[in-house]
Amino acid sequence: MTVFGALGFSAPWLLVGLIALPVLWFLLRAVPPAPIRRKFPAVSLLLGLQDDEHQSDKTPWWLLLLRMLAVAAVIIGLAGPVLNPDARQSGRGPILVVLDASWASATDWRARVARLEPMLAEAGRNGRPVAILPLTAPAPVTFADADAVIEGLPGLAPAPWEPRFDVTLPEGDFDTWWLSDGLDYDGRAELVAALSERGNLTVFDTATTPTVLMPPVADGAELTLSAMRLTAGPAQEFTISALGPDPSGVERILGTGAITFEAGEAEASTTIELPSEIRARVTRFSLDGVRSSGAVTLTDDRLQRREVALIDGGRDREALDLLSPLHYLRQALEPTADLLDGGLEDILLANPDTIILADVARLAPQEEAELLEWIDGGGQLVRFAGPRLAASDVSRDSEDPLLPVRLRVGGRSVGGAMSWGDPKTLAPFPEDSPFAGLPLPDDVDVTSQVVAQPDPTLTDRVIASLSDGTPLVTRKAHGAGQIVLFHVTANAEWSTLPLSGLFVQMLERLSISSHTSRPEAAQLAGTTWQPMQVLDGFGRLTSGDALPGVAGEDLFDRPLGPDLRPGLYESEDRRLSRNLIEEDSVLTPAVWPASVSVQPLVAPDAQPLGGVFLTLAALLLAADLIASLIVGGRLRGGAIAAIAACALAFQPDVSRAQEDLLPVAEEEILAAGEVTFANVLTGNQSLDTLSLAAMRGLARTLFERTSVEPSDPRSVDLEEDELSFYPLLYWPITPDQTRPSDAAYARLNEYLRGGGMILFDTRDADTARLGANSPEGAKLRELAAPLDIPPLERIPQDHVLTRAFYLLQDFPGRYNSRDVWVEAAPEDAIQIEGMPFRDLNDGVTPVIVGGNDWASAWAIDDSGYAMRTVGRGYTGERQREMALRFGVNLVMHVLTGNYKSDQVHVPALLDRLGQ
Amino acid sequence: MTQASHLRSRAEALAAAYPPLLASAERLAANVQLGDHGRKRSGAGEAFWQYRQLQTGDDARLIDWRRSARGDEQYIKQREWQIAQSALLWVDQASSMNFASSEGQPTKAERARVIGMAAAVLLVRGGERVALGAVLPPRRGTGQLERIAVALTEDRPDDYGVPDLSPMVPNSRALIVSDFLGDLEPLKRVLTRAAGRGIRGALLQVLDPAEEEFPFRGRTIFESITGGVRHETLRADTLRERYLARLAERKAELADLALSTGWMLGHHHTSENAQSALLWVYQAVQGAR
Repeated sequence: MTVFGALGFSAPWLLVGLIALPVLWFLLRAVPPAPIRRKFPAVSLLLGLQDDEHQSDKTPWWLLLLRMLAVAAVIIGLAGPVLNPDARQSGRGPILVVLDASWASATDWRARVARLEPMLAEAGRNGRPVAILPLTAPAPVTFADADAVIEGLPGLAPAPWEPRFDVTLPEGDFDTWWLSDGLDYDGRAELVAALSERGNLTVFDTATTPTVLMPPVADGAELTLSAMRLTAGPAQEFTISALGPDPSGVERILGTGAITFEAGEAEASTTIELPSEIRARVTRFSLDGVRSSGAVTLTDDRLQRREVALIDGGRDREALDLLSPLHYLRQALEPTADLLDGGLEDILLANPDTIILADVARLAPQEEAELLEWIDGGGQLVRFAGPRLAASDVSRDSEDPLLPVRLRVGGRSVGGAMSWGDPKTLAPFPEDSPFAGLPLPDDVDVTSQVVAQPDPTLTDRVIASLSDGTPLVTRKAHGAGQIVLFHVTANAEWSTLPLSGLFVQMLERLSISSHTSRPEAAQLAGTTWQPMQVLDGFGRLTSGDALPGVAGEDLFDRPLGPDLRPGLYESEDRRLSRNLIEEDSVLTPAVWPASVSVQPLVAPDAQPLGGVFLTLAALLLAADLIASLIVGGRLRGGAIAAIAACALAFQPDVSRAQEDLLPVAEEEILAAGEVTFANVLTGNQSLDTLSLAAMRGLARTLFERTSVEPSDPRSVDLEEDELSFYPLLYWPITPDQTRPSDAAYARLNEYLRGGGMILFDTRDADTARLGANSPEGAKLRELAAPLDIPPLERIPQDHVLTRAFYLLQDFPGRYNSRDVWVEAAPEDAIQIEGMPFRDLNDGVTPVIVGGNDWASAWAIDDSGYAMRTVGRGYTGERQREMALRFGVNLVMHVLTGNYKSDQVHVPALLDRLGQ
Repeated sequence: MTQASHLRSRAEALAAAYPPLLASAERLAANVQLGDHGRKRSGAGEAFWQYRQLQTGDDARLIDWRRSARGDEQYIKQREWQIAQSALLWVDQASSMNFASSEGQPTKAERARVIGMAAAVLLVRGGERVALGAVLPPRRGTGQLERIAVALTEDRPDDYGVPDLSPMVPNSRALIVSDFLGDLEPLKRVLTRAAGRGIRGALLQVLDPAEEEFPFRGRTIFESITGGVRHETLRADTLRERYLARLAERKAELADLALSTGWMLGHHHTSENAQSALLWVYQAVQGAR
């Protein structure tokens, strides 16, 4: 094969024939077209007329060109041109396959592996040992047989972090194939240099552009989401889905937004507006259709706005704003939380995340009980002390359920004009405190506080204390929630704490407020974060339970790796997400040195073009034929029209496609025109014959006794046949029948919704009480599981089936079991005094389930005789009669619905019932 | 025509062709009103013409007693002049006439026969005696029409026809239908002789559209119908101008001839309606009298 660019020739020497084309040109020019003989009576007038020039009529140049092109096409076609011919691997020695294996290659990971496999297989056939080095999880490299390596291919997965380049290369020389993800990383150039030294380096670059989604930026109710792609290309549109649990805990798409990359732009952004309740539930945003962890951004507390209710005890007090116990809380919380005001009872109905009681001493017993219930359910009650609390005798002798500690009478004042000592400062927070690691400002001092009674449990409950050891903040758990008490006021009356930044940070730590920006490492110092859910390279969430915790200071500053995966981390009550792509991430396309050969990852398929050229030649020759005829004057308008008509006749017939749209079999038309029953084919030949015969028997009985005159029944294949023509399907269950396909189930559900009825017959006399254990019953459950079937009940005595035509109380078939199940009557159906039956639901029960083997009782042969015996002697015949009556009632119920349920019939029925 | 079987098959073919020819000619002729065909003068004849007062010199036996008995005047019953004249018809039946340039068109021969036959039908109805060239001497009556029809269905083997008005009945009228593509000398002789005998008439030139337009291209060998005459050209399209010039020359020659002999010349194309040609022929033959 000789290759010219992307075009190869299997027989390139034939192309020499092209040189002969000019010769052919002159030859063709010299030969005049053959003369035409014409009858022409007026030839007498022509006699003696001489031609102007002796040269014969020349073949026109365009006709010559046409012929030249045809001949050239033939020559090229025979030379066997192939577009994108398969390149053969060259070289020998071991091959190292370097994979970036990062999240950016996750989008087309399958294609990469699929491409790699034949390449490795070919290397194996050439006897070259290979090894794979994924840069995201580098391991010592040993060259092995290609087959062994191929077996390990499915185990490779992209990692949700950047590749590392400080790898140890194996000894000796080897060729390298590098499957790049298209992104540039630090250290890549060094590795390229190192690999180039050892042998040939071939880079396979991907055609797909990594696209990433940045974390959302909240601005009021709007969320701004930005996306980036590696290279600016044509306009592209993506859908962003906001995913999270719905109120019942099932993960759903909570919102969507469209994001459009303009042509030539590498960045795009969009805004999504979500109600705050829904927004609080969003756990992640993802770019639909991009299968990579770069296209998923996890949300955390930063996105959530907690609902905080503020209640103070001094509502009757007329005071300046700055003295209001809630002023500082409002200031601290307003930017990050939704604040609720109102009475406690109203607020409890709104179920906020946190309720703050500022200097509230006592609550009404009713309120207290409700509040406790709310805390039990996970609410957080934060209380601030104050003059009222200090003055009251709440939690004096015994611990108040709404306070974490017992309080001493009166509290204390330090550093005031009337007291000894200086104002107290804060002691460093203990390790196990939620405030651990927060820096202590110098200017926070406390002049008054309520003091906790020493108690055995007190030490456990203190989470912040003053420099002299008296508790400043205490808390206790209660149910799923907790109660926190600040022993100072929420305003600056007793301490300067509310004036300092520490106050805000403490509220954050208590997750009363939430950060809108990423916390600094210093703020997170001392905390440990347990991964809750982590992302894999494909952007799928997996549980992080098995992974070790991460120190707070590392959470955002360490590069991602196996020990720090992108995901959702939890500490105390707070959740933070570490995302692969942060606001400041940039995507840089990889640049390869000129010495490295870069190939597309997926080579276009080799396309033999010989046929194309030969077809072209044939078409040109056909055109030449017509053109020659025209030039020679042998072709007139009519003939041209005929040729055009022929050409049109070879057009693909489009209209036929339309006819195929609705293939309706003739028997289906018949079935639709009449009342036709059908049995479902089970694949059991004898049972199917019996079922069809049963349908025939039922049809004959109806024909003889009622005004229903059914046509011949049919057997339907659930996979193929249209069901909507049949009012009743008889479906006998065998343990070994195959489960219908999903499409068939969709049609069955459509059929049931459209008012069809299926009579399921387990044919086991219901010995096992609706299939508890019989194989048919189990099969029935398996078959009916995907069906849209309402709740069932045993046929009640007043069901319309008992009186649709005959008055029946049994529904025997070959067996006589009472257990026949129909759609349950609505709960509220009541029997009116004096009426024999309830005013029941409209409509037809979509299924009847039983095991009486009705088919055996109904089936008749061609002569009209019963095919199976039922019971013995007269009793048996009576049972068959009852079975047929049940069939009649069944069909009447199917066809007339609840007609007989109408109370109008009551007098007549009462009369017949002999009451 | 020498072999009996050949004769019979030809006879059958002729018999098959004869009724349609006559029928189409009758149909064509039926469209021409006979209203102005009467002689409109008194003379020997059968039909009543007028009553005229007896004048001096009139023979007494001419008096119509039935009319004269009604008054004092004597009247003579005059009859319309119904002198039977001879019409000489010649239709070119040579093979050059067997040509139609396209499928749907009639050949020149068919058209010429229909027109000639229709003219004969009209003349016979007018009471004239019609002769067909040298073949049939002038006679009257429908029997003559049938004979003419049979004679017209025959084809001549020669390339171009030579007009023949042999009976040369003096002061008769004549119609020559041909394409006039052959040598004009015989025609000139016939016309001169006919003019000398006081025969007036009309020449109808029937041509195919292809002969009028010459829509040919490329290297072509043109042959006469029998193949006796042929002309080869390398580029037919270059001949067109000169061909058309020659055709015009031929027509001018014919016109001169007609002018000098007092005949009338008409042209007809097979693509046109035969009706118009028949009307022209009828007027021309009438006017030539």
